[in-house]
Amino acid sequence: MTVAAIAVAALLTAAGALTLIRIVRGPSTLDRIVATEVLLAITASAIAAEAAFTRDPTSLPVLVVLAILGFTGSVAVSRFITREKP
Amino acid sequence: MRAANPPTRRDRIRTQVMAVIALTVVWNLLWGAFTWANLFSGILVSAAVVIFFPLPPVEFDGRVRPLGLLNFALRFIADLVAASVQVAVLAFRFGHRPTSAIVAVPLRIRSDLNMTLVAEAVSLIPGSLIVEADHETTTLYIHMLGVEDEEHLERLREHVLRLEDRLARALGSDEELRRCGIDPSERKERRS
Amino acid sequence: MTVAGVLDAIAAVCMVAGAVLSLSAGVALLRFPDLLSRMHAAAKPQVLGLLLILTGCAIRIGTVIDITTMVLIAVFQLATAPVAAHMVGRAAYREGRVRAELLLADELAPDADKFTDKSRDDSR
Repeated sequence: MTVAAIAVAALLTAAGALTLIRIVRGPSTLDRIVATEVLLAITASAIAAEAAFTRDPTSLPVLVVLAILGFTGSVAVSRFITREKP
Repeated sequence: MRAANPPTRRDRIRTQVMAVIALTVVWNLLWGAFTWANLFSGILVSAAVVIFFPLPPVEFDGRVRPLGLLNFALRFIADLVAASVQVAVLAFRFGHRPTSAIVAVPLRIRSDLNMTLVAEAVSLIPGSLIVEADHETTTLYIHMLGVEDEEHLERLREHVLRLEDRLARALGSDEELRRCGIDPSERKERRS
Repeated sequence: MTVAGVLDAIAAVCMVAGAVLSLSAGVALLRFPDLLSRMHAAAKPQVLGLLLILTGCAIRIGTVIDITTMVLIAVFQLATAPVAAHMVGRAAYREGRVRAELLLADELAPDADKFTDKSRDDSR
């Protein structure tokens, strides 16, 4: 299990780092939203993996909130962007 | 079966009752345990939500067919896995720039609910993404990743239409089945 | 090998597969040439990746209370991800973030006016 935990942690860290590069580079706001969504999914995966490896379900409710919040954020921002132009 | 007519009072009440049941189930799942206290507080909270934030009634004039639903779910999972692997392979093929296409797929099903479900299923599968949806002609405009040529594009369009067929078999009304080229009576015979 | 050992192995495989999908999404996000292609990459870790990791989690923890929470997470994720993707995709197309030279066909272009006019009506 320790090997799997290290592998998952390494993979998710790499994925998060790549996503961060995209958030910094942009170029448009929409690119950044998409990348932020991916980062959120990766964060959620990391929290779920942590709960699995320690067999400790304390942090699971956080995931419920994340699942809903990420959606609200993207919808709000893309709505705002389409309306920005007259 | 009912035709698609403007929502009556009964439809409204039915939608609200369904909403209360669904919200109560979610409430119980959130608490993580099914107790009488959770059940009653859940009904109370969801009734308040439904009364204070009313939504337009959902028209559903199809029938639920368990076998069709199971088939739809299994094929959906199979598609999901296959498509995820495909997109992942595309991501790791360095030095290859994937071409894509926006495809218009005119759906044959008519009800809003079924159109939404097809759109959701198509979006959830990586490699296809809804860009626009025309409510009047029930046409979906889908962005597809990794389209190689015209022939491949037609295959992908077929793929979406087959997904629609499966949904019609799972939840569609008799009329929708006919529109998809499936005879509702023949279908029953084959199943029995 | 015991039953618990087999279950642990399955959970480990699920979680590593989920993590690999997340990584491929990160790579795709960086490599793909335009916004719409990148959005396909975004769909993966949110759907199958998270489902796989949750499956692994459910196998490892295995109490009813926590599995119901995980079912709820999966349902929320599956219900909301397409809506968010559609909103962003629509905004991207209307903003002209689509690079025509990367498209093999664009069957939306002839009908595009219909939607831009409509958007003005429904942008309450």
